Amino acid sequence: MQTYDLEADGLRGLNAALHQQSADTNQTQWAVINPKGSHAIAVGLDAPIEVTVKGSTGYYCAGMNQQATVRVEGSVGPGVAENMMSGEVIVEGDASQYAGATGHGGLLVIKGNASSRCGISMKGIDIVVHGSIGHMSAFMAQAGTLVVCGDAGDALGDSLYEARLFVRGSVKSLGADCIEKDMRPEHLELLRDLLERAGADAKPEEFRRYGSARQLYNFDVDTSTAY
Amino acid sequence: MDDTTPRTVPIQSETFSNAVNAEIRRAAETGIYDIRGGGAKRRVPHFDDLLFLGASVSRYPLEGYRERCDTSVTLGGRFAKKPIALDIPITIAGMSFGALSGPAKEALGRGASAAGTSTTTGDGGMTPEERQHSDKLVYQYLPSRYGMNPNDLRKADAIEIVVGQGAKPGGGGMLLGQKISDRVAEMRTLPKGIDQRSACRHPDWTGPDDLEIKILELREVTGWQVPIYVKVGATRPYYDTALAVKAGADVVVMDGMQGGTAATQDVFIEHVGIPTLACIRPAVQALQDLGVHREVQLVISGGIRNGADVAKAMALGADAVAIGTAALIALGDNDPKWEAEYQKLGTTAGAYDDWHAGNDPAGITTQDPVLAARLDPVDAGRRLRNYLKVLTLEAQTIARACGHNHLHNLEPEDLCALTMEAAAMARVPLAGTDWYPGKPGFLSA
Repeated sequence: MQTYDLEADGLRGLNAALHQQSADTNQTQWAVINPKGSHAIAVGLDAPIEVTVKGSTGYYCAGMNQQATVRVEGSVGPGVAENMMSGEVIVEGDASQYAGATGHGGLLVIKGNASSRCGISMKGIDIVVHGSIGHMSAFMAQAGTLVVCGDAGDALGDSLYEARLFVRGSVKSLGADCIEKDMRPEHLELLRDLLERAGADAKPEEFRRYGSARQLYNFDVDTSTAY
Repeated sequence: MDDTTPRTVPIQSETFSNAVNAEIRRAAETGIYDIRGGGAKRRVPHFDDLLFLGASVSRYPLEGYRERCDTSVTLGGRFAKKPIALDIPITIAGMSFGALSGPAKEALGRGASAAGTSTTTGDGGMTPEERQHSDKLVYQYLPSRYGMNPNDLRKADAIEIVVGQGAKPGGGGMLLGQKISDRVAEMRTLPKGIDQRSACRHPDWTGPDDLEIKILELREVTGWQVPIYVKVGATRPYYDTALAVKAGADVVVMDGMQGGTAATQDVFIEHVGIPTLACIRPAVQALQDLGVHREVQLVISGGIRNGADVAKAMALGADAVAIGTAALIALGDNDPKWEAEYQKLGTTAGAYDDWHAGNDPAGITTQDPVLAARLDPVDAGRRLRNYLKVLTLEAQTIARACGHNHLHNLEPEDLCALTMEAAAMARVPLAGTDWYPGKPGFLSA
């Protein structure tokens, strides 16, 4: 286990050390102590390593992650795992705005709640939130799956493209062109797999599915008031 | 009244001109606003409203064919370990694969590389062909993040965070369904054939304090190696420049309203933003007030057409310029040789601006493989290189005439204005006077 004191040794040294790890590194376990809300912790990783952040972080923790597993033993600021390509990011606490924004792949697990715009513009990432999410989540979400074990705020899935949304609790309101859809067997299977991987204590049958009505995919003057 | 009675001749309204009336009828018929490409077509104060004073008794010129006039510029030395060194201060502005055909993007890379300058990606990400043919490639980091990935980010020679562009400050982008080919759809993770919207603001930051953290993240991901530009559409140039500097930009790119777009509402293009001429001095003032003029470089774009425009922008304090529309014309856009086809599309060479429609006869603003094949990227790249060389030679000619051995030594004192508006915007004297509107001390003079 490599232990890095962020307060003592600085952000640049941490990210540089993590970037030096290759596919066959034997330094696969890292612990970051004293994060104290710092920004851009463990960003741009691209190796099969495991990084545990011992505390809460600021903006963009694990941004653009590839291959790595990043676990935060605390809460995270805005943009956790933004533009993640692959790998896994687990947040033991809560997440601020834009969690998983524009992510292309990988799995983001938030064991607490996520704030507004969770999964905004997501492009293939899978996100599982054990708690609830805020307003405008999955705005313009293109691909991937957002699973919410709690409730969703206003305007869920506004201007949604092809991302799949599953919510167990209530949805305060749906955004433009987002509708409830039938839950088919393949969706239950997808949910079961994601819930299991995310360690969420919930049953697929308890969720409702939401997706795009695809009415706004091409501009039509008769639908211009939908926005 | 008989036939011999004098009659008032028909008078066309300046307010309700034939063009205005035609647009009213088109809107009434279709219910859809007009979408087009390009930049503002209306007459606005521009570089044509400025003149160089040239050498005189008080200043001596440099010999045009014998004495050196350097043109190099280095962008991004404030924080980046590897700033970009360019042979000429004229770069190619961001234009996407998707908006442009593959051959057009390749030609831009070839032409820019041959001329010793950089080219820029656009919305939708970086293509291998573009990277291969561009010696120096700036990677745009846009609100949509279409095609954005850290591997391409690390292949770039610089990163340009796009906050806005001159044609549509405050607006997002659009790529209509007819241009969403299989490849474009795959790069952007969207279904083929839909009207693709690009967001107007970034999904994971708002405001200058967030921008500072975003820049930190990008620098950490790229190891502080490459410069980070911040591009804004010209609206509040003093404050936007100051805030970009505060956020940590190495380079500020300021795009005036004549700057082009692939597709935006005409009403947006013509009525939002300010002219290029009006944004340079406030941006330079902000850099000077912060003590970073020349340390943080200023790149100006929007309506640059010839070497005089280049020289004027630099005399007003810019470090470099970027060209977009002019580069497309150099490749072959709006060439009269396609006039018969322009006529079929209901337009004419020089006026063709339906860049969103995907049926560009010149093979530039299209994803139609048959049309795209009309553009030979080698030949088009050569034309762009030639054009860039002419721009440079013209700017050097003017600089020498003003007595300068480097384009960067051009200064506002080399200029005068033809109009009150230009004098006020450029803060250079009206020709034949020592006065411009707002000049300090005027009332006591």
